[in-house]
Amino acid sequence: MVDFGYAPLEIKIHDLDKANLTLGEWIAERDETFKHCIACGSCTATCTAGKFTAFSFREMCHSIRRGELMEAITESEKCMLCGKCILACPRNVNTRNIVKLVRKANQNFRV
Amino acid sequence: MIKDGKKKVWDDYQKEIADDKFYYVRSCIRQTIWPGSENIYLRILKDVLGKDIYESENHTTCTGIGYHSEVVPFETIQTVVARNFSLMKEAGYENYNPSCVTSFGIYTEILETWHHFPDEKKKVINFLKQATNRDFVEPKNLAHTSDVLFKFRNEIAAKAKYKLINKETGKPLKVVDHIGCHYAKMFPNKGVGGAEYPQVLAGLVETFGGEVIDYPERRHCCGFGFRQYLVKANRGYSISASKKKFESMEPFKPDFIITNCPGCNYFMDRWQYALAEMEHKTYGENGYGIPVLTYEEVAGLVLGFDPWEMGMQMHQVDVEPLLKKIGVEYDPSKKFKGANGEDLPLPEKPNHINFSV
Repeated sequence: MVDFGYAPLEIKIHDLDKANLTLGEWIAERDETFKHCIACGSCTATCTAGKFTAFSFREMCHSIRRGELMEAITESEKCMLCGKCILACPRNVNTRNIVKLVRKANQNFRV
Repeated sequence: MIKDGKKKVWDDYQKEIADDKFYYVRSCIRQTIWPGSENIYLRILKDVLGKDIYESENHTTCTGIGYHSEVVPFETIQTVVARNFSLMKEAGYENYNPSCVTSFGIYTEILETWHHFPDEKKKVINFLKQATNRDFVEPKNLAHTSDVLFKFRNEIAAKAKYKLINKETGKPLKVVDHIGCHYAKMFPNKGVGGAEYPQVLAGLVETFGGEVIDYPERRHCCGFGFRQYLVKANRGYSISASKKKFESMEPFKPDFIITNCPGCNYFMDRWQYALAEMEHKTYGENGYGIPVLTYEEVAGLVLGFDPWEMGMQMHQVDVEPLLKKIGVEYDPSKKFKGANGEDLPLPEKPNHINFSV
């Protein structure tokens, strides 16, 4: 095997036509601010839990949009619900409520 | 993909493309990686279509790669571009026709900047005068070379010797069309068919008898992405992006990939070799890769040009299986012969991807 000094990373391919997007739709029905997120990452940059753990609200939203339900639910469990991200969000996304909705959805969507 | 939806998008994004009298501008990197493509374009325009196309020996790179790597400041690139435009005027032409998608993106971005920020334009007029004593001018029409071939696709098809059809099965070849990001993703109305499902290459392929296939990562970057590759430590990102595309298109069994950008051509071709050597994985049939062709090469092939005269032996992924599929007449023994029949140095045979030498 040739060593070029670099190598491909593990890749993930998301076919959005086949992905299970029901969690995102379920959340948006209950809190439409979920649809306003532009994934700027201000929430993650200011997150206290994220400073000490691998928690990222932005990543959780990505997982929801990609249909990775288990990843999103596991991620939501790391949040300590302080709500600081609500203050930082330029799009007024009710981030804290969305984390709570993901936790609430846990029973409905867990495979 | 919904075909009717695609047609609607295509109708919404049609641009004006000049009919004749083109001022041709070469790409700075294509000459080394696809030496035949730019010559084929000139040959098609002059000899097949009978158009007036002029090339100045004085034009320079647009400095786009330096600009995107933050080595060349915006004022500098604007002045370089203004100089190239003024050379066009001195030669008596008004229709600017760059061969590179990065350059096309740069010219589009700068023309838009001058339109929306007149102060910036004023500054550049002064820089151009001070640095070169030339007069400022903007082109009447800006069209990428793939736009021009798209415009004349029916004329080319009328003179074609071959079609993009599998000779054995009689079915259309399955083609992945990959459009350079800087072609229309920044300014969708400057590209034929917009940014989401550009028509520019799909139109060529369909007119020549092939079938465009859709796949989940169609819009993903080819893997060049400038800084992903230019910094060696980042090249893992570059090859991963290409790998993601290959993995995604593999189940659709494409016969070849057509692209309109020098970077996309290069990376989608060369990374198939690198992935084969790294992971012993190939994405084409029988241990071959998926051939990656420029739009000029595809037009040249259907017109019956000799593949070796077009420089197709310079591809890292062997094109011979594709030539056989189409039924192109070619002489395998001349693959590595020069213009006067002299022997060219043979490339080293790769270990894990088939390549006939």
